[in-house]
Amino acid sequence: MSDSDLIVLRNVAKAYRRGEETISIFADLNLTIPSGDFVAMMGPSGSGKTTLLNLLGGLDRPTSGTILFDGAPIEKLSENKLSAWRAANIGFIFQFYNLMPTMSAARNVELPLLLTPLSTADRKRRVKTALEIVGLENRAGHKPKELSGGQQQRVAIARAIVSDPKLILADEPTGDLDRTTAVEILEMLQLLNRELGKTIVMVTHDPAAAKYARRELHLDKGTFEERHT
Amino acid sequence: MSDFRLILAGLGRKPLRTSLLIFAVFIAFLIYGVLAAFQSSLENAAGPSSSNRLVVANRINFTQPLPFAYVSRIQNVEGVTDVSYSNWFGGYYQEPRNFLLTFAIDPESYTRIYSEYVMPDDQRQAFIANRDSIMVGRSVAEQYGWQVGQQIPLSSNVWRRRDGTSVWPVVIRAIYDGKDANTSTGSVFVHYEYLDEGRAFGNDTVGIIQIVTADAAQNDAVAARVDTQFANSRAETETLSEQAFNAAFIDQQGNIGLIILGVTGAAFVTILLIVGNAMAGAIRERTGEIAVMKTLGFTSGRIARIVVGETLLLSLFGGLLGLVLANLLTNTLSGIPALNQFFGAMRITPQIALSAVGFMAALGFITGAVPAFNAMRVNVITAFRRI
Ligand SMILES: Nc1ncnc2c1ncn2[C@@H]1O[C@H](COP(=O)(O)OP(=O)(O)OP(=O)(O)O)[C@@H](O)[C@H]1O
Ligand SMILES: [Mg+2]
Repeated sequence: MSDSDLIVLRNVAKAYRRGEETISIFADLNLTIPSGDFVAMMGPSGSGKTTLLNLLGGLDRPTSGTILFDGAPIEKLSENKLSAWRAANIGFIFQFYNLMPTMSAARNVELPLLLTPLSTADRKRRVKTALEIVGLENRAGHKPKELSGGQQQRVAIARAIVSDPKLILADEPTGDLDRTTAVEILEMLQLLNRELGKTIVMVTHDPAAAKYARRELHLDKGTFEERHT
Repeated sequence: MSDFRLILAGLGRKPLRTSLLIFAVFIAFLIYGVLAAFQSSLENAAGPSSSNRLVVANRINFTQPLPFAYVSRIQNVEGVTDVSYSNWFGGYYQEPRNFLLTFAIDPESYTRIYSEYVMPDDQRQAFIANRDSIMVGRSVAEQYGWQVGQQIPLSSNVWRRRDGTSVWPVVIRAIYDGKDANTSTGSVFVHYEYLDEGRAFGNDTVGIIQIVTADAAQNDAVAARVDTQFANSRAETETLSEQAFNAAFIDQQGNIGLIILGVTGAAFVTILLIVGNAMAGAIRERTGEIAVMKTLGFTSGRIARIVVGETLLLSLFGGLLGLVLANLLTNTLSGIPALNQFFGAMRITPQIALSAVGFMAALGFITGAVPAFNAMRVNVITAFRRI
């Protein structure tokens, strides 16, 4: 393991218990994602892509094995420590945007900053910058339902980057968008990766979308198969 | 402070629902405020009370008389530091419907014991010195436009004079105020001697005898001594603390306390169910949003605090509005002289306001508890599977 490795999975297993039987999603997963990488995660439905993303984001814990983030294992952190760790290190982007319907775009973007000790003025400044990066500075006061799907996803991206996390996890971020809008979003992710150095793990079903990443990982039957783009 | 905005955002999600819930809480506290003010004014109407004062009445019933001789015998009972007495007069002014809450008293000792009735000293002296004097409360004086020095015909629907008439000419020599706003100023006092010398029957009896003890701790012992002294005599006595006597007096007017408890209790339970249920529903609708917040790094504890903050804010806002309106309403009602005479100064006392705020807080916490617990239990992974 080198210093530049952001994420290292060692012998990670994940199983769900459903009644009497235990369903193993993967039994021995090993993976290294260096800092600054942009990974497209592909694979058939039910192969465990979302499950893996949840593990990387500290939303779920592995059944066994360890997940190192910046060299430190995260699976043993307490619930509250994990929350603080997520707030500091991870930006999430969802397929259905998941914005707060009653809040304006700016308030939505500000949400993760409420977990930091930043002053109101600092928060305002950061929100403005994040909205500028996604090109929505003139929509700051709009509520989600007053925005198109693509715009909503851009607000979600602004929310994911506003606290300057190292890792961005995106689960089918273009799954609900048309081709042109999807391209906009993918180009934006590419920009975040190339210009701002964000490490990105993106789950997608779309081979065309995967081309925007630096590499593709195929998850199937509990193992990875790697393809470079 | 940043959480306060999230609390507002939560409540602002469905403005109509939030308004209706606030309205429900508002009504509950309006009812509570008015009824509680009403009850406390009734307690005042029964007369002031002090913890080291006792009331001696006839054991049969407080409307039965006691021999006047009891007054001096009670004076000699161990632990008694002061004594006064009074007799129901049943007064009215000009016509029976102008009813006056009138008592015949021993002016010197009565005004000494009831220091909550305050008046200029020269008025007090003039009232004591002249047998045909009356002392009237401020609200009665204002109702009839009476002034000090004015002569009025005071009629009694109980006491006939020896000459066969029922009109007792009197001169207003003192107008008293209450020591504080809780003291009712709705009574009229005449001299006991004036009544007793003039009345055609019932002479040498008094209605009740007031005792002052050295301190409240001696009340029970003194009461027992008095009642033992008159046991097996012509008129047996029952000695109670002034509070107990007043409470018994109020009970005669129907058990207002129980009615208030019943009405506000029912209102509160209803509001509790409505708000609790609505909030539980609101949180259920927000499962997805809560899951997102948890994903972003909000802890379950913080989310629970926000949810309880919502119900607290809701009940404080609605409750305080209700209390403010109750205050306006009671001020208006007690400003009507005919009502004030009986209900004293009907108003929201600091104690009522304080207990109301306590109830608001309790309502907020109780209605927030279940939704907050449900919010804490939202599981991010399964929540997103449902979205
Ligand atoms: N909480 C859970 N309890 C039981 N089984 C679960 C749970 N979460 C996931 N699974 C199962 O784990 C497997 C992997 O699910 P996952 O959502 O990770 O797949 P995916 O690759 O993201 O699929 P898709 O492409 O459809 O989103 C599925 O069979 C799913 O039913
Ligand atoms: Mg998935």
